[in-house]
Amino acid sequence: MKDSKFKILVNGLITENPIFVLTLGMCPTLATSTSAINGMSMGLATLFVLVGSNVVVSMLKNIIPDKVRIPAYVMVIATFVSVIEMLIHAYFPALYESLGIFIPLIVVNCIVLGRAEAFASRNTVFRSALDGIGMGLGFTLAITLLGVARELLGTGKAFGFIVFPDQYGALLFVLAPGAFIVLGYLIAIMNKLIRPLTPKGE
Amino acid sequence: MKKLSSNFLNMVSVLSGIAVLAAFTLSFVYSITKIPIHNSQTFKLESAIRAVLPPFDHFDSKPVQMKDGVEVMKVYKAYNKNNTFVGAAVEATSNNGYKGPINVLVGFDKQGVIVDYVVLDQNETPGLGSKMMNWFKTRRGNQNIVGKNPSIANLSVNKDGGEVDAITAATISSRAFLFAIRNAYFAFESNLETTSGISTVQADTHKVLKEKIFKVNNVEKKGEKQ
Repeated sequence: MKDSKFKILVNGLITENPIFVLTLGMCPTLATSTSAINGMSMGLATLFVLVGSNVVVSMLKNIIPDKVRIPAYVMVIATFVSVIEMLIHAYFPALYESLGIFIPLIVVNCIVLGRAEAFASRNTVFRSALDGIGMGLGFTLAITLLGVARELLGTGKAFGFIVFPDQYGALLFVLAPGAFIVLGYLIAIMNKLIRPLTPKGE
Repeated sequence: MKKLSSNFLNMVSVLSGIAVLAAFTLSFVYSITKIPIHNSQTFKLESAIRAVLPPFDHFDSKPVQMKDGVEVMKVYKAYNKNNTFVGAAVEATSNNGYKGPINVLVGFDKQGVIVDYVVLDQNETPGLGSKMMNWFKTRRGNQNIVGKNPSIANLSVNKDGGEVDAITAATISSRAFLFAIRNAYFAFESNLETTSGISTVQADTHKVLKEKIFKVNNVEKKGEKQ
C-alpha cells in the first residue's frame, strides 16, 4: 500500500490510466471527445473535481460511518461539480456552451466515485491529492488524445487548426461509432506500449 | 482517530452535516458567480445582436415577444443615434431539429433583408446538421440566405419547393433552421407596425404574408404524419 509519491502520480497517468486501462467513465469520454479542445476541457474539469473530492473524502474518511459512505461521497462530488459548473458558466462562457450538459454528468463519472472509494477513503490527504492529480491528468491526456484523433480524422483539424481540407475528413470519426473505433485502437496501442512496463503476474 | 460506528445517530448527523456544508459552499459560490453569469449572458446577447445587424447605436434591451403556437420569438429593435430605425434582430426557435431545439438570431435591415444570422443554440449532429452555423451564409450554389428578403424569396429547402440548398445529408436540420428563419421574419414583419416612419403592414396583407411564409411548413407537417 505504501507506494512512493511519484508512483502514485504515474499510476493514474499510465499504469492505471482511467480510460485506457481501467476503462471507467466511458460516457463523458465518448461524448465530449468530438474535438481536441472539448476533450481537454472536459478532462481538466474532471481533474478539478477529482482532486477536490479526493482531498475532502480523505479528510472526512474517519467521521463518515461505513454504511453511509457512498451517499456522503456522492454529496461531496456533486458539490464540487456544481461549483465548477457555476465557475465555468461565469468566467468561461464559450467553454460552458461547448461542454453544456456534460459538466453535471461528471457527478456520475465512475472514476471520481471510484477513486474516492478505492483510494481516498484509505489514504492521507496529501497522497489522495496526488492520486487525484495523477488520475485527472491521465484522464485528461487520454480524452485529449481521443479528441485529437477524432478531430483530425473527421474534420482535418487539430485544436481548430486546419491540417488538411475538410472534405477529405471521414465524418464517421466525429460521430459516435468513430469514438468507439478510435478508442479501441488507442487502447490497443497503449497496451502494446505499457505491457513491458507492468510487472508480470498482473 | 477511530472510524465512527454506523449507528443511526452517527449516520444521520454526518450526512446532515455534509449536506449543510455543501449547501453553504454552493450558496457562497452562487452568490459570487451570479453577477458574472448574468453579465456574460447579456454580453453574449449584445455581441450576437451587433454581429447580425448593420452598425447601430443602441437597441431595445426589452424585446417585443411574440408567440406563435409553441414558438416564442423575441424582436430586438436597433436604432441610430438620432433614433432612426436601423433594423431588428429576431431570436427564434424551431422545435423540429434533429436533436432538440434550434435557436437562431437573425438580423433584418429595415427593408426586411437578412443581414446575417448566428446560431445561438443547437444540438445537431456534429459534421452534418451543425454545419448550419456557416452553411447558409456561404456563397456556393443556392445555399446562401444572407441578402435575401423572406417575403420575396421562398426560403425553404428545394425538396419542399423552396430555393435554398439544404445541407448535404442534413435535410431535417436545414428545414428546421429555415423554419426558424421564416418564423423570425414573420415576427419582424408583424412588429414593424409599431415603429414610426416605416411602411406598415395591413391586417390582410399580414394574413397573406403569414400564409405565404408558412405555406411550406404545412406541407412539411403533412409529410411527417405519413
